[in-house]
Amino acid sequence: MMDLDNRNHFLNNLARNLGRSRRTEGVVRPKWSLNPQWDVYKDYTQDELVDVLEEQCKVIHTTFKRTDFANLEAVLTETVQGHDGKIIIAANDPRNDEYGLDSIYESWREDAVDVRLWNKKIGKENQVFAEKADIGITFSEITLAESGTVTLFNDRNNGRTISLLPRVHVVIIPKSTIVPRMTQAMRKIHEANAQGNDVSSCVSFISGPSNSADIEMNLIVGVHGPVEATYIVVDDK
Amino acid sequence: MGIRIGNPSFDKRVHEGIENEFMIESVSSAQGRFRSRKAAASEELGNWEDWRALGEEIRTHTLENIDFYLQQLSDNVVKRGGHVFFAETAEEANAYVQNVVKKKNAKKIVKSKSMVTEEIGLNKAIEEAGAEVVETDLGEWILQLDGDVPSHIVTPALHLNRDQIKETFMEKRGYDKSNTPEELGLFARQELRKDFLSADIGITGCNFAVAESGAVTFVTNEGNARLATALPDTQITVMGLERIVPTWEELDVLVSLLTRAAVGQKLTSYITSITGTRLAGEIDGPEEFHLVIVDNGRSKILGTEFQSALHCIRCAACINVCPVYRHIGGHAYGSIYPGPIGAVLTPLLDGYENHKELPYASTLCAACTEACPVKIPLHEHLIRHREIIVENGMAPTAEKAAMNGFVKWSTHPAAYKMSAKFARTALKPWTKDETITNGPGPLKNWTEQRDFPAPGRQTFRSWFKEREKGGGSK
Repeated sequence: MMDLDNRNHFLNNLARNLGRSRRTEGVVRPKWSLNPQWDVYKDYTQDELVDVLEEQCKVIHTTFKRTDFANLEAVLTETVQGHDGKIIIAANDPRNDEYGLDSIYESWREDAVDVRLWNKKIGKENQVFAEKADIGITFSEITLAESGTVTLFNDRNNGRTISLLPRVHVVIIPKSTIVPRMTQAMRKIHEANAQGNDVSSCVSFISGPSNSADIEMNLIVGVHGPVEATYIVVDDK
Repeated sequence: MGIRIGNPSFDKRVHEGIENEFMIESVSSAQGRFRSRKAAASEELGNWEDWRALGEEIRTHTLENIDFYLQQLSDNVVKRGGHVFFAETAEEANAYVQNVVKKKNAKKIVKSKSMVTEEIGLNKAIEEAGAEVVETDLGEWILQLDGDVPSHIVTPALHLNRDQIKETFMEKRGYDKSNTPEELGLFARQELRKDFLSADIGITGCNFAVAESGAVTFVTNEGNARLATALPDTQITVMGLERIVPTWEELDVLVSLLTRAAVGQKLTSYITSITGTRLAGEIDGPEEFHLVIVDNGRSKILGTEFQSALHCIRCAACINVCPVYRHIGGHAYGSIYPGPIGAVLTPLLDGYENHKELPYASTLCAACTEACPVKIPLHEHLIRHREIIVENGMAPTAEKAAMNGFVKWSTHPAAYKMSAKFARTALKPWTKDETITNGPGPLKNWTEQRDFPAPGRQTFRSWFKEREKGGGSK
C-alpha cells in the first residue's frame, strides 16, 4: 500500500531540485562505458573455478570438500559426525531424491540422528526445531568461486532459517552451479525478473560462517549466524 | 539521538579525542588494518580504477534519475505486498514507525545496524511509543548498553577496548567470563538470540534497493540483519533516498565496491536481498513489510555542486585513510558521520551553523578522494565548503581573527618585516634544539601533539635580498 499523494509530493520535490520536470517513464539504463566485472576469471574451466573456490574457502574459515556422486553419502556422513550433528534440519529440496539424500537421511535416522526436512505444514515449529539443530543442510543454486559464496533462493520448502539458526551450515554444491563471481548470478536474476518471473522473497548470498570484527578489530568467527560451515562440491553425474 | 553527538564545542570534542590515548591507538591500528586489506583487495583485481569509474558512472546516472528509480522501486514493493512511505523529515519517518509499533502493539523490536536510523533518532521515537528496541549488531549493542555513540560508520565501537566492553557486560548483564573477543562475542550471541526469538518487529537499514524488482539488500557479516528479517512477523526497512540501484546488475558492482573498499572482503558473509512480504506457504520472513524512504535534507543537495556527496555508499574508506580522523577520532566530528565524508555531508544535511568547523578538520591531502570507490571529490567539496563559510561570514572565530590579523599585518610591510625578524627571538623561551615543544598562544594546540620548528635565523626576505646581490646562504 502506498499513498500516491505522499509519493508525488516527495518525488516532485526531487525533480524540482534537479531543475527539470518529473521523470515517470522512459529512463533507460545506459550501456556502461566499462565492464571490468566480466573479466574476472574469464575463460576459466569449471575445474579451475573449483580450485579458486577451494582457495577462497581458506580465507572465509570454511571447510572445503569435494566428492563424486558415488561417495557423497560417505563424505556427508563424515561431515555430520565431524560437526557432532545429532539434530539436523534440511531443505525440502527437489534434488534430495536425485542426490540420494532421502536415503542418506533415512540411514542416519536409524542411527538415532534426528533429521527433519523443512515442512511448511507445521509453521513456526520449523523455526523452533532449527533453533535447536546442530546442523542445517542446503543446496547452492549458484556458487560464486571468487568470494566462496553460495546462493540460496529461499522459499516455502527452503526456509531462510535453515542456513541461519543452527550451529553449523553444510552446503551441497553441484559443480555445475559454480560461476566466476557475483556478476553471473546477478545477470541470471536480472534476466529472470525481466522475463516476468518473480524473484524469490529472499535471495541469500552466503560466504562461510558469520563473523564480526567489532571488538578491537579482532575477528570473531560465529556471531549471530552459524559458527562453522562446510561446503561439499559434488561432481556432476 | 539525531545526527549531532557529543559536546557542542568542536574544540572540546577534539581535546577529548586527542587525550584519549587508547582511542588514538586503536583508531590508528584499525586504520592500518583497514587500509592494507583494502589495498590488497583492490590490487588483486588489477583494474580497480575501471571499477571506480564504473561505480561513479552508475551512481551519477542513478542520482540524475532518482525520481524515476524511486517510483519504480515503490511500485514493485507494493506489487509484492509491501507498504511504502516517503518521509521528507526525520519527524515524519519516526511518526510513521511509531504508528506501526502502536498498531502492532509491539513490545520488543530488534534492529540491525543502520546509519540513517541513527541520523533520524529512531530509537528514541520507538521508546516513546512504549516499545523496547534492541540493537543487535555487536558493536551497536555494546554502545547501547553503555549509552555511548558510534565513532566509525562500519565498526561503531572502535574507540572501546576489550576491558571496557567486559566491564559493560558485567555491569549491565551480569557477565562473568574473560575479556577475550571470542567469549565476549559468544555472550552477545546467547543474549541476543533470546531477543531475536521474542521480537515483534525487525528494523533494518538498507545498503541498496533494487528498483527493477523492489528488493532491499543488506550487506553484513554477523547475520543479525538476516535474523531480524527472518523471525519477526513485521519488518520495517528505513532507507536514505539515494540508496538505490537500477537493476541487479548494478547491485553486483556496488556491493563489490562496498565490501572491498570497506573491509577488503571480496564479499561479506551475508548479502541478503529481501523482496516484499513472505509468500504463500513460507514460514520465515515478515507477513507485513514497510519501506520508509527518507529525505531529511538530502533533496536540498540534489542539483547543487555537492550532488556527488549523495553518491556515497558508506564504506568508510575515506575515514580509514584520513590523517585528521587518525588523530582526533570519530567523536570529535560531533556527527554520526565522521571523517571526510562526514565533514562534507553533515553541514549539508544539518546546516553550517553547528558544523562550520568540520570542513577545516582536514589537511586537504586528498587521500580521501583517492580512496573513494565511487570517486566523490571529497577534498574539493571541503574547499568549497570553506569558501562558502568564509563568503557568508561564518568562519570559526580563530580563523576569522587569524585572517583579519593576517590581512592587516601582511598589508603593512613594516609590521610584517619586523615580526618576521623578531619571531626567533620572541619564541626563544620555548625553543630547544631548533624545535618548539610547548608553544604559547595559538601554537599550543599544535605543539601538544607534535613539535614545531623554530623560526630560522634568517628571514626569507633577507635571504632573498642577499641572494639577489649574489651572496647569502642557501
